[in-house]
Formats: sequence, C-alpha cells, structure tokens
Amino acid sequence: MSLNETLKPNADKPRSLKAREPQADLVFRAVARSAGGLTIAIMLAVGLFLSLNGANAMRIAGWGFLTTQSWNTSIPKAGEFGIAAVLFGTIQIAIIALGVAFPLSFGTALLISEVLPGNIKSTFISIVDLMAAVPSVIFGLWGVFFLQANVIPVSAWISQNLGWIPIFAVTDGSGHHVTEASNFTSSSFIAGIVVGLMVVPTMTSVMREAFSQAPVGEREGALALGSTRWGMIRAVVLPYGRGGIIGGTMLGLGRALGETIAVYMIISPIFNINWQILKSGGNSVSALIALRYGEASGFGLSALMAAGLVLFLITMAINFTASSIVARSRSGADN
Amino acid sequence: MSNLLPANIVNQTYTPTADRGEELPPRSITAFQFHDIYNALGAGAAALSLAALLFGWFAPLQSMIGYVLASFVLFLLIFTLLTGFSGNREEITDRMATTLMYSAGLILIATLLFVVFFTVARSGDAIGHINFFTETQKLTGPLDPLTSGGVVHAIVGTLIQISIALAITIPLGITTAVFLNEVGGRFARLVRTVSDAMTALPSIVAGLFVFSALISTGVLQRSGMAAAIAITVMMLPIVIRASDVVLRLVPHNLREASYALGTSRWRTVWHVVLPTARSGLVTAVILGTARGLGETSPVLLTSGAAADTNVDPLHGPMISLPLQVFTFIKSPEPNMIARGFGTAAVLLALVLVLFTLARVLGGKAPGQQSKRQRMHTLSQSRQDEMRIALKHKAREKAAAAAPAKLNPTATTPIYEQDLRPRRFGRKK
Repeated sequence: MSLNETLKPNADKPRSLKAREPQADLVFRAVARSAGGLTIAIMLAVGLFLSLNGANAMRIAGWGFLTTQSWNTSIPKAGEFGIAAVLFGTIQIAIIALGVAFPLSFGTALLISEVLPGNIKSTFISIVDLMAAVPSVIFGLWGVFFLQANVIPVSAWISQNLGWIPIFAVTDGSGHHVTEASNFTSSSFIAGIVVGLMVVPTMTSVMREAFSQAPVGEREGALALGSTRWGMIRAVVLPYGRGGIIGGTMLGLGRALGETIAVYMIISPIFNINWQILKSGGNSVSALIALRYGEASGFGLSALMAAGLVLFLITMAINFTASSIVARSRSGADN
Repeated sequence: MSNLLPANIVNQTYTPTADRGEELPPRSITAFQFHDIYNALGAGAAALSLAALLFGWFAPLQSMIGYVLASFVLFLLIFTLLTGFSGNREEITDRMATTLMYSAGLILIATLLFVVFFTVARSGDAIGHINFFTETQKLTGPLDPLTSGGVVHAIVGTLIQISIALAITIPLGITTAVFLNEVGGRFARLVRTVSDAMTALPSIVAGLFVFSALISTGVLQRSGMAAAIAITVMMLPIVIRASDVVLRLVPHNLREASYALGTSRWRTVWHVVLPTARSGLVTAVILGTARGLGETSPVLLTSGAAADTNVDPLHGPMISLPLQVFTFIKSPEPNMIARGFGTAAVLLALVLVLFTLARVLGGKAPGQQSKRQRMHTLSQSRQDEMRIALKHKAREKAAAAAPAKLNPTATTPIYEQDLRPRRFGRKK
C-alpha cells in the first residue's frame, strides 16, 4: 500500500470495509431485540408471578406440600393440603398416555418416513398435523361419551384376568375384587388413553423429522448389503433417530402432564393415591386447579398457584431437556 | 454407458462389458409382494372369523373395542405363521414390522376420523335448528327444547378473543422470529431455547399466570381481554417456533445477493426475507390460531361462562366456543348435551376451515411462486428497470449539461446504449 502511494500519489485508497450501520438498521435491530426481550420477559413473568402468589401457601405448608395427600385449604394454619396425590395422578395418567402414544407415534413416524410413497406421505403428514389442531375439549367429549362405555368391558376383562398384577387389580375397601361396571368409570386408564391420543401428533412429528434425516448413503449401503427394510431401519434409521425418539417422547410427556380439560371431563376427582389404574377415580394437578379454582378463597388460590408452579417447573424441566436432546441430534440447525 | 465411448479412448474410466454368465432375476426390493397381499387378506379373514367365533360362541360379545383388539392380535399371529411358510426369519421380522407400522398409521387415522365423525354425527340434533346460529343462551334454561337458544354469543366471543390475541401475536411473534434468524447472537439463542420450551406450557398455567398477574392485581376484570391475553401466552411460542423454522428455510443466497447490492439489513428483511417466506408465515400464524381457538382452560380461569353476547372485552365475562362446549356438557340434561355436541361441531368446523386454509396457502416452499405471483414479480422488475433507466438517463442529461462542474474526469459517457427497457419473459 505504501509503495502504491509513493508511486501514484493520487491513487484511489481502498474503501474501508468497516461500514457504519445505517440509522434504519440500528432501529431495526433495537426493535427486533426488544421483541425478543419482551417474549422472554413474558415467559419469565409466568414463573415469577406463580412463585410470588404461591409463596404464601408454600411457606405455611413447607415440605409437607409435596407429601400431603388431602386438599383442605379452608384452615390455612392446619396445612392440610399437598400435591402428593394429584402429582401422583398426573404422572400416572401421563405414563398411561405414553404407553398408548409411544407405539402409535413410533409406528406412524416410521411408516411416514420409510414406507409410504410421496403423495400419500404428504397426505398422512397433513392428517397428523390436523390431529394436533383438534381442540382438547373435543377429544374429551369423545372420551366421555364414546370411549368410556367401550373401554369398561376391556378394563373389566383385564382386571379379571390380570388382576394378580397389583396395578390392574380393582378392589373395594376390604380388598375384594369387584366387577361392576360402575367401578371402572372415570378411571386414570380412560383419561390416559384420551391424553395419549392427544400427544401422538407432537411425538410423531418430532420422530418423523429425526428419522427422515438418516443419511441416504448409509440406507442404500444397508439395502445393497441385502438387508430387508426392517433390517435397514434397525441398522441405520433408529441409531440416527435415537435423539428424536427420546426427545419426542419427552415432549409428549410434557404435553401429557399439562393436559387439563380432557382429564377434568373424564376423571372423577379423588385426593388419595390410587395405584389401581383401572379403578374409578384419579386426579391431576391441572384438573385440581380447574376444579377448585371457582370456590377458592384468597389462600386457596395461593395454594393452587403453588400447585401450578410445581406443574410449570416439571414441564419446563422436561421440555428443556427434550428440546436440547432434539436440537443436538438435529443437523442443519444453526444454533 | 461404455458402448457410447469410442473404443480407442485411453486414460478414461471405462467399464468393461463383463461376461455375466447366467442372468438371474434381480431381487425384488419392494417390501410387499403379491403373495404378501394374499397372506394379509387371508390372515385378516381368518382373524375376523376366529375372533367372532371366540366372542360369539364362548363368551358373549361385550364390546366393539375388545373384538377389534382380539382380531388384531389374531391377525398378527396368523400372518406371521403364513409368512413363515415361505420366508426366512429376516423376512418374517420385516413383514411383521411393516404390518405393525401400517397398523399404527391406520389406528391413528381411524381414531381421528372417528373423533371427527362422532362429534359431527351427534351434533345433528342441535345444528338442525336455525336458532342455534341466531340466538344466545340468555333466555334458555336446561329443560328448554332445542328450538330455543343458540351459541351466537360464544361465536362472537371466540372471534373477539382470537382477534385480540392475533393482534398481539402476529407482530410480536414474527418480529421475534426475525430476531432469532436475522440478528442472532447469544441472546437470540436464549430466546429460542426459552420459547421452544414454552411451546408445551400447560394451558391451565397460562390461565393462572394471567389471573395472578392481571386479575388479582386489579389491572383487568375477569373479561374477554384477560382471556385473550392468556390465549396469547399460549399461542406466542407456537407461532415463534413455526415462523422460526420457515425463516430458516429462506435460501441464504437470496440474503447474500441482497447484501451484495449494498442493501441494509432492515431492507433485506423487509423486501427479501419476509416476502419469500410469506406463505410459510401465514401457515404458521393460522396453525397457531387453530391451537388458540381450541383452548378451554385459560378462558375458564380468566373469563368464565356467560349466557349472553358480550362485545366489550374489558368488562364482564365473555364465553368462547370451547368453554361453551364444556359448560353445556357439564349438565346432565340430554338437550344441553346435544347443544354441547352442536357447539363442538361448530368449533371443529372453524378449526378445519383454518387448517385447510393453511394447507392451501402454505403448501409451497419459500420462494416458490404461483403463476399470478410470478407475473406480479415480473411486472415489478420491469417497472424497476424502467425507473432505473429513466434515472440513469436524467443523470446523463445533467452530466451533459454541466460536465465540468459535476464530474471533471468524465468527459464522455462510458457507454451508449438503447435505454428502452428490455423485455423479459416470454416473447410474443
């Protein structure tokens, strides 16, 4: 450069590559950043307000909040309220839901990504997406007015024939097996099936995305070595899609834990831990909130907020883990 | 391939015509062959009849679901047996796996169709009466016949709530998605992680949040506005996530071309990124709307049920369609349950319309244009060319009028050319 200048004093100097950002860009950047900030502020505010409002009940109940099974908030000092039973019910329903949803979504995801040809494939994807858009109140309606009546004989059959497994037994107070249909209504099992169908679309789409990213070269290699389609899936697609399977299942679990209205419509609420999944009666945190919200006093509301906070923290923890697993397994995402 | 090349070519890859010997038929790599279809049909027929025999003969038919389950298990067993006659272990596993995959898909579709048709079929009683769409529940009691009362108030409530929610969600959600993609940085990654995790925020928690933050602090009453804000909290992460995915699909070379022309970041976003991703963004918003429409529990907490039309979002409870369904079916009266199904059908129809709209608008990848859009783009670039040409001409004229003052070094125009706009596209 200096040589250039001595030879030709009037030569053009190279343009500086450092550009000052135009005013419009500074404004744009500030607006975009503040939108991001606002979004994150809303999300953080959810946790903040729940903890502020729930703090009162939490302080009185102490650790007993997590171990007490009843929900009596009329005498705050007694501390006779806790989420042990409802949290147990929530997890119970979510596990049943996963038991229904996992095989369905795993099979459907593989069917879409590996078996179906182009045209039917996109139709199938649309149908799964449509299922995600069906409101939960409609699933609840179906569960109450159709599924319940049709599942009861199945429940009765299971409890008669597999009753020796404790969770499938249905007994009355004195420990005798019971068979009347009324003992099988409004059970966690029925609620779990409905919630399971509701989380299938979420799980399917995450798994399908992961499966479809298994590299073509390895697939063709497996087929060229003479493996069958299932052999290829087991050797190539499943190892590549493992993150998607785990992450998708956890996302489904997060959804299932938070489902409110369908559970509320089906279940008949109880406040003790019920191991018998086929037996009438169960509860979940969100159903408890929807149920007790109307009659709650100031303190009762605080207790409900505390229950909501626990639910919020659990679902957030599960979702954070799930999305980091999915993101790590996903290639092409630039984050 | 090889016979296309001249034989004397050297130093090039050349496939010799191998002596293949006896020609064997190539292995079929389609998974289902003809005998599989016969096997499947036979196994199906056998399973259905065997299950019918079991249920009809040995035990009375108790439930449809039991029958279907039993036939399914029998089908799997018989099909495995039949495949076992002709195939080895690998093949049997493969057929089993394929059958299970198809079953999962079919069960899923059957369930969805069943849920939809069940709702529609049982809604007939209520939506057969025209008053269902013209009246409210104000003067109708639980025992009144279906010729009285309707759900206009819930339809109006839903529309008002969703409009308010969209008015907040669309600008905020899309701007945030643009921030994630076009600005980036560590903070953007944090925002993305948090909003991803919030997509599965339990809806009841969103309701509780609005209650504790706005209603119990006295900022708002239990009202349509509060419900709309709760729905916004639910919809926002969904819209952000979907738009983020769409914006990520905008080809990078379009952005780079724009920056290379010296455009600012803001103009690139406004004129290149957003128009390219338009159809995907519309889809994202519509799918978010469909989710927002169906939320029951936030409205239950933040607004509550009402029997009459309320168009004022700031005062008094305002009911929405899903909450109306919920309120109806809590009643034991058959007429109220019929109304519940009718309302559910209206809600479902609304969701289906939105969903179809999203598919029609958003079926295309970013940048893919319809014929009309292509014509529009073409005419716009013609206009641009004309504008640039005219400006160029004007500048040259000015330079010719006062050459010394404006630009001392340029004495002659650099090039002479026909400045009429060239025609792009098809020749006539």
